[in-house]
Amino acid sequence: MKDTFDEKSDRQRWMSTLARAAEGRVSALLDAAMPRPGFTWLRAPEIGSTMVRGRAGGTGAPFNLGEMTVTRCALTLENGAVGHAYVQGRRKADATAAALVDALMQGPEAAQIRAAVLDPLIAEHAAKTKTRAAKAAATKVEFFTMARGED
Amino acid sequence: MYVAVKGGERAIESAHTWLAEERRGPTEIAELSIPQIREQLKLAVDRVMAEGSLYDPDLAALAIKQSRGDLIEAIFLIRAYRTTLPRFGHSEPVDTGAMACDRRISATFKDLPGGQILGPTFDYTHRLLDFKLAAEGETPEAATQEADEARVPHVTGFLNREGLIEEAPQDDTPPPDLTREPLEMPASRALRLQALTRADEGFTLGLAYSTQRGYGRNHAFVGELRIGSVPLDMDIPELGFSIEIGEITLTECETVNQFTGSKTQPPQFTRGYGLVFGQSERKAISMALVERALRWEELGEDFEGAPAQDAEFVLYHADNIQATGFLEHIKLPHYVDFQSELELVRKLRREAGADQVQEAAE
Repeated sequence: MKDTFDEKSDRQRWMSTLARAAEGRVSALLDAAMPRPGFTWLRAPEIGSTMVRGRAGGTGAPFNLGEMTVTRCALTLENGAVGHAYVQGRRKADATAAALVDALMQGPEAAQIRAAVLDPLIAEHAAKTKTRAAKAAATKVEFFTMARGED
Repeated sequence: MYVAVKGGERAIESAHTWLAEERRGPTEIAELSIPQIREQLKLAVDRVMAEGSLYDPDLAALAIKQSRGDLIEAIFLIRAYRTTLPRFGHSEPVDTGAMACDRRISATFKDLPGGQILGPTFDYTHRLLDFKLAAEGETPEAATQEADEARVPHVTGFLNREGLIEEAPQDDTPPPDLTREPLEMPASRALRLQALTRADEGFTLGLAYSTQRGYGRNHAFVGELRIGSVPLDMDIPELGFSIEIGEITLTECETVNQFTGSKTQPPQFTRGYGLVFGQSERKAISMALVERALRWEELGEDFEGAPAQDAEFVLYHADNIQATGFLEHIKLPHYVDFQSELELVRKLRREAGADQVQEAAE
């Protein structure tokens, strides 16, 4: 089985947070926090796919379920920090912003970026998940047994 | 024989501009936007993603708009686009046990850990046309209730604990990929699952129904049906670790089927499996039934000659793009082929003396 979230490194966690952010959110939060630093491309944003796999019976041997669109890019900041991004969908602007945040998180701006970008994204994702779970919970069947007296 | 091969260009161009005009329809009616299709015709979008074999709701919505709602045409557009994408890698196999379930029901256990969650279902609706939808302005709001955040266990998991059902032990054999190598027989289970998850919903439904009616019957119960989102982890080779690159909605159906047993093995239920992109429970249940029927050989059952048991028949006819491609090509010009047939029939008729028979009749 896959590793649980807690076993992941800090960088894995923030890259995941950036990848699943809603469209435009990483850019909006980053631009509100600071002017964008200068950078050069290691790999300009590129759209491709990843093959999604499932397991037979949910837990058995893997099989190919179908592909999903993915955008990736990599860049270097002027201070030499390298940022990578892989995000779901065809979202070059979001991948660029995510790679910038990834690079900034490795430098002196980390604390500022964490507070201004990552924490709000985590809260937004948690709120979205919670709202959906609450709607599902309201459709949970509460069985009760009718009392049938024998007398 | 001289056959005119030029001259259609102007007609084709006019046909295409007329198609574009018809697609748009009367301009006094508002144009559909991609987000409207994506959010309000979500189940059509899900079907196009599942059978187009590419998870991207915006592209599926665009394909539906472009195809004027012809879903097989939309699937065709998605399949064609898919081939233009470089492949960056593959995901870790999804952990459906970690699904944030919108819906999770079991037809085999009433009180199961995690509960029966109905979700946004058409079940229990009266299937009467709702004329309120024809009037504008409804923005209904769903009820909410505090949710517990525990992982929802699979039903087969607790049947497994008693040894009552065959296990699906983890195995990490890299699966074959029918988008890279042609589908050849005999097809492994992994290949059958890949072919079935992108198979035409109608074809899969018809075959699944045939098993229920007795053609390869396997007594399926829906052990569990769940719909919800799962995180998708992908290994990033240049970084040497995996990250969660997104979340996708899946529908999973696990069936509990008639048992097998032998002198060495006590009787056990068997299983069928369906897993499909998006919210498509009809497809997922159908897939599980057909998948189970195709397992007859590995489970030591008899081949009854039922269509759903015949892997070659099922897998070679389940893909609606292959099928429609071959079917629809017969409407394209076959003038030369037909000329040769025509010549042949005339010759045979001459030889049979048909001309004289015709003359005599007149």
